[in-house]
Amino acid sequence: MACDLWRSKIDAYADNELAADEMRAFSAHLDACSSCAADALRAVQWKRTVQAAGKRFSPSLELRQRIEEQIAPPKKHAVGAAWLPRFAVAAMLLVALLLAGRAWLSFERKSSLGELADLHVSTLASSSPLDVVSSDRHTVKPWFEGKIPFTFSLPDDLSPFMLLGGRVTYVDQSPGAHLLFQLRQHRVSVFIFQDRFEWSRYFEAGDALSKHLSFSIETWSEGGLRYFVIGDVGAQDIQALSQRIKDAARS
Amino acid sequence: MPLFDSLFNFARWLAQNREEAEDLVQETYAKAIKGFRSFQPGTNFRAWMFRILRNTFLNSRTGLKTSMTVALEDDDPAAQAVTAETPESLLLNSTTQRLIQEAIEKLPVIFREVVLLCDVEEMSYQEISEALSIPIGTVMSRLARARKALREELSKTL
Repeated sequence: MACDLWRSKIDAYADNELAADEMRAFSAHLDACSSCAADALRAVQWKRTVQAAGKRFSPSLELRQRIEEQIAPPKKHAVGAAWLPRFAVAAMLLVALLLAGRAWLSFERKSSLGELADLHVSTLASSSPLDVVSSDRHTVKPWFEGKIPFTFSLPDDLSPFMLLGGRVTYVDQSPGAHLLFQLRQHRVSVFIFQDRFEWSRYFEAGDALSKHLSFSIETWSEGGLRYFVIGDVGAQDIQALSQRIKDAARS
Repeated sequence: MPLFDSLFNFARWLAQNREEAEDLVQETYAKAIKGFRSFQPGTNFRAWMFRILRNTFLNSRTGLKTSMTVALEDDDPAAQAVTAETPESLLLNSTTQRLIQEAIEKLPVIFREVVLLCDVEEMSYQEISEALSIPIGTVMSRLARARKALREELSKTL
């Protein structure tokens, strides 16, 4: 398919609306076409920028309390049949809101994974993806000292993965380490941040290994750090790299 | 109440007035309780709540004054063309954020609401279609035009 036709799908790609087979074909095209990859990255960055700007208004505590009182079941116990339907409806609405709460956790999880997928894609599309270029962990790891507020461990033996280097990255203005690995023709990113309460909520409720767009992602928490491994390789490869990193962190 | 923050943010963008946004949200929950029997289990609860809010806005004093049409037809093929042009150096700093917020405020309501539901609330096209009671094709077309309008507005100021 010519680039012009692929470009017409960029908005749908950024909105995660492409069908699975179309997504695979589109991702394969992005791997081969730096121009379309740059356009896709711009579309994703634009969406994230609008999202951040759009989350502008917060409700007051007073309004929240008013609404909670409004939907809470009445304090009087049912004396006549008239109270029962209202109580039942209010209870059903509370259940629906609880289910929406679970959906919200799922949504926030998806949003966080989406942000990391964007960082991974933006690195691949960049002309200078890494700040420290080296396959030697004894060069890459010390480079981060003083640049991020934590230290991390890397395994001695990474084969068949090859460390390409790293850069400092940010999520919600918090610095972290972004390490890039190569496996055959694929690139895999490892992100390491200081763990946060909300990440524990989002990710403990779901699977450690998941799919987002065409990427496999594994995440876990260890020693106060949150790790994310993301790439378009198979789940087994993601798990293999993750296990190496976990073993290094625990040794 | 997770939907509560999202509903308020959406109401505030629509009404462009805090007091009216609070009234809209309160009325939305009141209608949700009253009309909960009409909610079909298995359908999208979030889209249902946002539809109630949006319809409540349309029937409000501000909503009735708001034009819900734009000059071109929704299925104008030219309007569906995607432009990848984005203002350069689009850094997320406070100035850019303010400019984007001002650009969103200037959008016609029918464009503003699709951008908010898609980009801010990250609803799927299907959910947006249910929330706004419009076909999915119209969702996509309005999104493309809304994004084009936002980029053009930002290009003037950056």
